[in-house]
Amino acid sequence: MQEFDQRRQGLSGLKTMAMIRAFESRMPVLSEERLIRGSTHPSAGMEAVATGVSLALGPQDSIASNHRGHAHCLARGSDPGRTMAEILGRRDGYGGGKGGSMHIGVAELGILGTNGIVGAGIGLATGAALAAQMQGSDAVSVVYFGDGAANQGVLAEALNLAAIWKLPVLFVCENNHYAQSASIEEMIAQPDLKQRGLAYGVPSVDVDGMSLGDTFTAAAEGVERARSGSGPTLIIADTYRYLGHMAGDTEIYRNQVEVEQWQAKDPIARLVSQLLEAGVITTSDWEDIQEEASRVVQEAEEFARNSPFPDASDATQDVYSKGVPA
Amino acid sequence: MTTKNLTTWRALNTALKDILQETPESLVMGEDITTWGTGGGIYGVTRKLFDEFGAERVRDTPISEEVLISTAVGAAMRGSRPILEIMYSDFTLLGFDGIINQAAKSRYMFGGQFDCPLVIRTNGGSGVGKAGQHSQSLETLFAHIPGLEVAVPATPADAYGLLRTAERSSNPTIFLEHKNLYYDKGAVDFEPVPFGRARVAREGTDLTVVATQQMLTRSLAAAERLQAEHGINAEVIDPRTLYPFDMETVLGSVRKTRHLMVAHEAVRDYGWGAEVSSSVVEQAWEELDAPPVRLGSARTPIPYSEPLESAVVPGVDEILTAMRKVRTAIAA
Ligand SMILES: Cc1ncc(C[n+]2csc(CCOP(=O)(O)OP(=O)(O)O)c2C)c(N)n1
Repeated sequence: MQEFDQRRQGLSGLKTMAMIRAFESRMPVLSEERLIRGSTHPSAGMEAVATGVSLALGPQDSIASNHRGHAHCLARGSDPGRTMAEILGRRDGYGGGKGGSMHIGVAELGILGTNGIVGAGIGLATGAALAAQMQGSDAVSVVYFGDGAANQGVLAEALNLAAIWKLPVLFVCENNHYAQSASIEEMIAQPDLKQRGLAYGVPSVDVDGMSLGDTFTAAAEGVERARSGSGPTLIIADTYRYLGHMAGDTEIYRNQVEVEQWQAKDPIARLVSQLLEAGVITTSDWEDIQEEASRVVQEAEEFARNSPFPDASDATQDVYSKGVPA
Repeated sequence: MTTKNLTTWRALNTALKDILQETPESLVMGEDITTWGTGGGIYGVTRKLFDEFGAERVRDTPISEEVLISTAVGAAMRGSRPILEIMYSDFTLLGFDGIINQAAKSRYMFGGQFDCPLVIRTNGGSGVGKAGQHSQSLETLFAHIPGLEVAVPATPADAYGLLRTAERSSNPTIFLEHKNLYYDKGAVDFEPVPFGRARVAREGTDLTVVATQQMLTRSLAAAERLQAEHGINAEVIDPRTLYPFDMETVLGSVRKTRHLMVAHEAVRDYGWGAEVSSSVVEQAWEELDAPPVRLGSARTPIPYSEPLESAVVPGVDEILTAMRKVRTAIAA
C-alpha cells in the first residue's frame, strides 16, 4: 500500500491545498462582483479531504463530485483557469459556460461532474466502478458527498449494490457538520456515520478530515481494497467549512466561536508545522508556496475574466449526439 | 380582511400562517425551512412559522426528498394535511414515485376510499443562472398525470388565494411557484381563488395570449408594445391552474379575437401549450383566422451562462415577434 511520505504527498499536498484555499477565497469576492450567477459553494477548511484522496488515485480513476466541488476538481488536476472560466460562465470553461460551478465535468481526468443534486454522485460513482469492473481495468471510482447527502436513500442502495457486486468504489463522506443550515445533531440520530457502511458489509472508517496524512492513508487503503477486487470502502472524514454555505448565507444556525475552534485545527497550518518540524520545508519555502498559490489563482482569474462569453448559438449544441436533429 | 400590498413570498407566508391557524391537521415541512436566512427557507416563504407554531407542525427535514414525499402522501391518506416544501421543483424528480405512482393514484386504485389532501409547494423557472438542475419548468410533467391538480400562480393575490384553495382540496396538488416572482409586489385581498378559473390579465380584441408566470409578465410587456408599435390589441389570459384548466375562458376570448398564441417557460415541444392549441382547434376551428402559435423554451437543458440562458427562454422580443406572426399568418 502507498505510505504517506511527507516529502512526496506531504509537499505536493501542501501546494495543492494552498492553491485551493486561495481559489476558494475568491468566490465570495466574485459573487459580490456579480461575475458569478446562481450559487457557488466554497470549501475553504475542507482541503485536506479532496487533496488526500486525490493523492491516492491514479490517472485511470474516476470521481463524482457534488455542489461543493471546486476542490475535488482542482485536487484531481483540473486546470484552475478553465475551472474558474466555467464558474464565470465563459467559453473556455470545461463546459463552455453551459454548467457553471455546480456542473464542472472533465472527461480526460475522469471527473463525472460537480453536481446540483445532493446525493446524485453516489450512484454515478457506483456506475463508474461497474464499468471499470466489467472492462477488466483496475480503475476505481470515488464519490464525495456531505453529511446531508448521507440522508438520501441512494446511499443505502449504493452501499448494498457495491457490496454485493464488490465494486471498486470509495464512498467519501465529508462530514462538515452542516447541510446548508441543518446541523448533524438535528438531522442524524446515529452520529457514528460509519455504521451505515458497516450495516451493509462495507469496510468503513472514521478519519480526521483536517489531516492530509490521515485522509491520504485511509483513501490509499480503500483504493488498494478496490483495485484488488475486494469491493467498496466508506470513509467518514470529519471536517468543517469556514465560509457560508453559499453567498448570502446569514449563518444564523452556527456561531463564530465554533468556526474559530475549527479554524484552530486548520488543515493547512497543521501540515505546514508538521513539514517544518520534519525539515521538509523551511519558512521561506512556505512563503514561496503561498506566493505561487496566489499567482496561479490570480492568473486563473485573469484568464477567466478575459475569456469571452459563449455565443448564443452554442445554446442548442450538445443536447444530442451528432446526427440527431436538435 | 383588508387588502394589502405584499410581495409574493410574503403573501405565501401569510397563507401558510392562516392555514396553520385555521386547520389543526395541517403541517408544514421541508429542508432548511426554519434555519435559513432570517428563519424561513431559501425564499423566506416559511419565515417565522416555527416561532409561532412550533416544532410539531413546522418541521425542518433531512435531505431525503424521496421519503419526504412518500411520507407526506401516507400522512395525507390518514387524515393529516401536509404542506411540503421542496426547495426547487427539480428535486421533486427524486420523489416521482411518491407523486405519480402513489399520491396521484391513491384515490382511484382503491375505488375512491382515500382522500389525499397533500400540497407540494416548490419553485421552477429560469433567468438567474441556476443552470440545468435548478431552473427547469416542469409543469407539463405534472399536468400530464391523472389525479394531480396543478397550480401556477403569477401574482401575490393568486399565490395567496390558490394556496388557500390547494390546502382545502382533497387531492394531491402540485403548487408551482416561480423563483423570479417571489419579490414582485401586488395587492392581496386574502380571498381563496378557485382552481380552474382563469384571470384575464389584459383585455383586448385582436389576439388571445395564454401565458403563465414569467411568460405572463413578459407577454403583458410585449402586449403593450404590440399595441403601441403595431396597433394590435392583445388579450392576455392567465389560466392560474393547469389542471383543472379553464378552457371556457380561452374559447370565449378566441371567439372574440379569432387568433391564439400560448406562451410558457416549459420546453415548447410536447408542452401544455400544445394541449391548449389543439383543444381550441378541435373545439373552435371555424372561429380561428390563423393557425395558433406555441411559444416555449428551446429543447435544451437550461444553460448557466447569461447569453446562453437568454437564448433558450423566450424574452419580450421573441414574444412580440410571435404575436405579430399570429396576426400576419394569413397575409404571409
Ligand atoms: C436533491 C437536493 N436537495 C436539496 C438541495 C439543496 N441543497 C444544496 S446543498 C445542500 C446541503 C448539502 O449538505 P451536505 O451534503 O452535507 O454538503 P455540504 O453543503 O455540507 O458540503 C442542500 C440542502 C439540492 N441541491 N439537491
